[in-house]
Amino acid sequence: MTIALVRRPGLARIRSDRSWLHLLCLGFLGLVVVLALFAPWLSPHDPNAVDLGNALAGPSGAHPLGVDGSGRDTASRLITGARTSLLGPLGVVVFSTVAGVVVGVAAGWRGGWLDSVLSRSTELVFAFPGLLLALLIVSIYGEGLIAPVVALGVAYLPYVSRLTRSLVLAERSRPYVEAYRVQGHSGLQICLRHVLPNIAPVVLAQSTINFGYALIDLAGLSFLGLGVPALTPDWGRMVFDGESAIQSGYPLCAILPCVAIVLTVVAFNVVGERWADQVARRDR
Amino acid sequence: MTDTPAGTPAADAATPETPNPETPTLEIQGLRLNLPGAARPVLAGVDLTVAARETVALVGESGSGKSLTSRSVLRLLPPGAATEGAVRVQGEDVLTMNAKQLRRLRTHTAAMIFQDPRAAINPLRRIGDFLTESLRLNADLPAAEATERAVRMLDAVGLGDRVLGQYPGQLSGGMLQRVVIAAALMGDPALILADEPTTALDVTTQAEVVGLLGDLRDQFGTALLFVTHDLGLAAAISDRVYVMYAGRIAETGPAEALFQRPRHPYTAALLRSTPHLDAPAGRLAAIEGRPPSLREELTGCPFAARCAFATQQCREELPPHLPVRGESSRLVACHHSEKLADQLAGSVTHD
Amino acid sequence: MTFLRFALRRVAEMAATLLAASFVIFGALYLAPGNPASFLLSGRSASPEAMKAINEQYHLNDPFWEQYLRWLGQVVHGDFGRSIEYRTPVSTLLGSRLPSTLMLVAMALLLVVVIGLALGWIGAVRGGMTDSSILVTTTLAVGTPSFVAAVLLQGLFSVKLGWFPSSGSGTGFAGMLWHLTLPAIALALYLIGMLARVTRSTMLEAMGHEHVTVARSRGVPERQVIHRHVFRNTLGTVLTMGGLIVSTLLICTVLVETAFSVNGIGQLLDLSTTTKDFPVVQAVSLLIVGMFMTVNLVVDLLLPLVDPRVTLGTRGVSA
Repeated sequence: MTIALVRRPGLARIRSDRSWLHLLCLGFLGLVVVLALFAPWLSPHDPNAVDLGNALAGPSGAHPLGVDGSGRDTASRLITGARTSLLGPLGVVVFSTVAGVVVGVAAGWRGGWLDSVLSRSTELVFAFPGLLLALLIVSIYGEGLIAPVVALGVAYLPYVSRLTRSLVLAERSRPYVEAYRVQGHSGLQICLRHVLPNIAPVVLAQSTINFGYALIDLAGLSFLGLGVPALTPDWGRMVFDGESAIQSGYPLCAILPCVAIVLTVVAFNVVGERWADQVARRDR
Repeated sequence: MTDTPAGTPAADAATPETPNPETPTLEIQGLRLNLPGAARPVLAGVDLTVAARETVALVGESGSGKSLTSRSVLRLLPPGAATEGAVRVQGEDVLTMNAKQLRRLRTHTAAMIFQDPRAAINPLRRIGDFLTESLRLNADLPAAEATERAVRMLDAVGLGDRVLGQYPGQLSGGMLQRVVIAAALMGDPALILADEPTTALDVTTQAEVVGLLGDLRDQFGTALLFVTHDLGLAAAISDRVYVMYAGRIAETGPAEALFQRPRHPYTAALLRSTPHLDAPAGRLAAIEGRPPSLREELTGCPFAARCAFATQQCREELPPHLPVRGESSRLVACHHSEKLADQLAGSVTHD
Repeated sequence: MTFLRFALRRVAEMAATLLAASFVIFGALYLAPGNPASFLLSGRSASPEAMKAINEQYHLNDPFWEQYLRWLGQVVHGDFGRSIEYRTPVSTLLGSRLPSTLMLVAMALLLVVVIGLALGWIGAVRGGMTDSSILVTTTLAVGTPSFVAAVLLQGLFSVKLGWFPSSGSGTGFAGMLWHLTLPAIALALYLIGMLARVTRSTMLEAMGHEHVTVARSRGVPERQVIHRHVFRNTLGTVLTMGGLIVSTLLICTVLVETAFSVNGIGQLLDLSTTTKDFPVVQAVSLLIVGMFMTVNLVVDLLLPLVDPRVTLGTRGVSA
């Protein structure tokens, strides 16, 4: 699910007078982050406390969102699961943004053979969907979070680098760059002090949208039982665990993490798209 | 508003001069157009006639409403536009037509030539398709006959039938404008609306296109409404001229008389700011100030704020369109037109 | 002639990229910690005979380049080696599982193209409330991972309502159609939303072009204006998404087939990843990457038909 950024042209004309939606999404993301940060204090129960006698019980005073097939408290698992569910995508986004900007600036600013080599490699990585690259790595290194995060970081890198490259190319042709050159500033200096700050909002808006997609990919990996270790609470893992509960007609413990995933991804998309939109309007 | 009663005789006043005393090809009466978000009407009571086979120029700065006026003839109005008045083409009111009548008008009665030929043709479709589509899709002509007609029209504008199979990207701007002109002729229209048809072209091509338009008008007997900001061009091609300012007609009359002896300070100012080949350089004078914005309401004469001769009356009272004494075919909307006659004429003579 | 040269160049480029991709996929084996033989055998009986067999089968004692070229030569002939887990040729394994996956992907693709384009078209042309509700729906769809859609659809339509089977891929055409309906919807949902949004905004952009006004001014009926001058001009953009759509569908079968226990390629990829059955992972990866590139190649070759400016060398000036 790495289509995220190719949709760029498609995002052009969507929101505008939907600022209430944007605020709502920002608020939701804030809530999720707070829950993740303070999970140990906010969880009503130990997320891994098994109580088989109470399995699949519905919402009650002690368990406001019910329990799962092993009797674990769903609310606590959701809150604690926010940690891994956000931490993984954060790693992907940080890695792909930093590396992508470096590659993109190098290709755009330098041009020439470096540009063609980097562009060719980008083409190559494009051919691998993020999830495929992650599975390839997992099949070699085994389950865990680090290897898939790096694999997804690599898979998302070309989207960032291609965007950065085109922005840098546009920026390089603007008159102020030449003006600084004439005044004797070095290319690196101009890049760091002027070009990077100018292109940063667009790249970061893109990375915000990427966050949602990285979350989807990593949750998918957990759903396959391949991402986070089995006992770690994680939204994708909860959906995986809840599948059997659905089959036996107790869907709540699977539906809730589904809702958490969808809302978080949508919120990241809305916020990122609005940001990109504002930047685009400012530049016009 | 006071200008509507005064506007009706205007049309009558113009008719005796025109070659054809029957129904005019185009007759706009009291056309007002309001846009959402604008504080004043974009068109505030426009009266304009084009007789059969006549060439009329509509001159004004950008934002004066001249393009909207010409587009309203095909009812190409911006979204949310509210209109009053009448726009009659061969006696039928365009503003009240149903969809079918409107399509018929657009395919057969009136055609428009747009500013930028490169933007006017879908780059993904062949020239032949562009020329014949409206006739074919309205089932007016079988494809073969439509293509035959397209070949004839291409010949009339000086292009071979080879371009039928070509894409817009393969032709030059001048050739494309010829294609657009040929397309306008496809439905054998009685009226051609040319909306700044030369602005996007380079200078030599401009002259060619203007010449071609004149020839075709004579050959096909169409009436022509030529919208331009270029007074020189207007004088060269047209029989009569309308000068438009802020959604109103400021002055109208036969081209020569109007340029020799302008009766409206705006016309005179426009003439002073137009370069003439036969005039010494350095005499160009830009008009001070800017055209009024759509965000402000107007009281009195819309030109008052930029007019050197404006008085208290000008700022408070909207000048009606009145015939110029001794020249029955001319109308001018200026309180001081009589007083200023000699001064204005003197300001634009150059010898 | 220009087209032929263009086509040949694209084919050569694709072959080069595919070669590079095959190198990455093959070389990934050497990223594994320890020696490849013990990795390939990890968790399985590592008797000296098995070790020897693996070494021989994969020629692990040969220089790397020779191994790669030999593997490549076999792959070109459709031989992807033997599955370590199933102890059968990978190609046989793929062959038996391909029909379900092809059917699933074809159904999903149909849904994506038909519903995605229709929603985008309606949103762009109608505007107003219709457009807003389509926007909200597609925003949600784009945020819904296929496995979430799979689990929710399964819970509602199989378990609760009992309208569709909750697992398996069925036999015969009708049986497959019935079994694969829910999986196909789950697989398509995200891409429907995405295609609808791209179509919508590309059409809105195309509507702003002057040639659309010109067509209207010439009396072309409104339906035809939208069809011939707006939708037609968005086809190029839609087409260029083809490779991405197909590869996304293929890789997401891993989630959807697992959720619905469809015995297709996706499920195989999941199983072989879990069991570290590397030859199978290699083959499936190559298949997905190859499909992506093939579709992209076809798109590139079709594009000049859709957009004459491509061969004229002025693509990028969108209209």
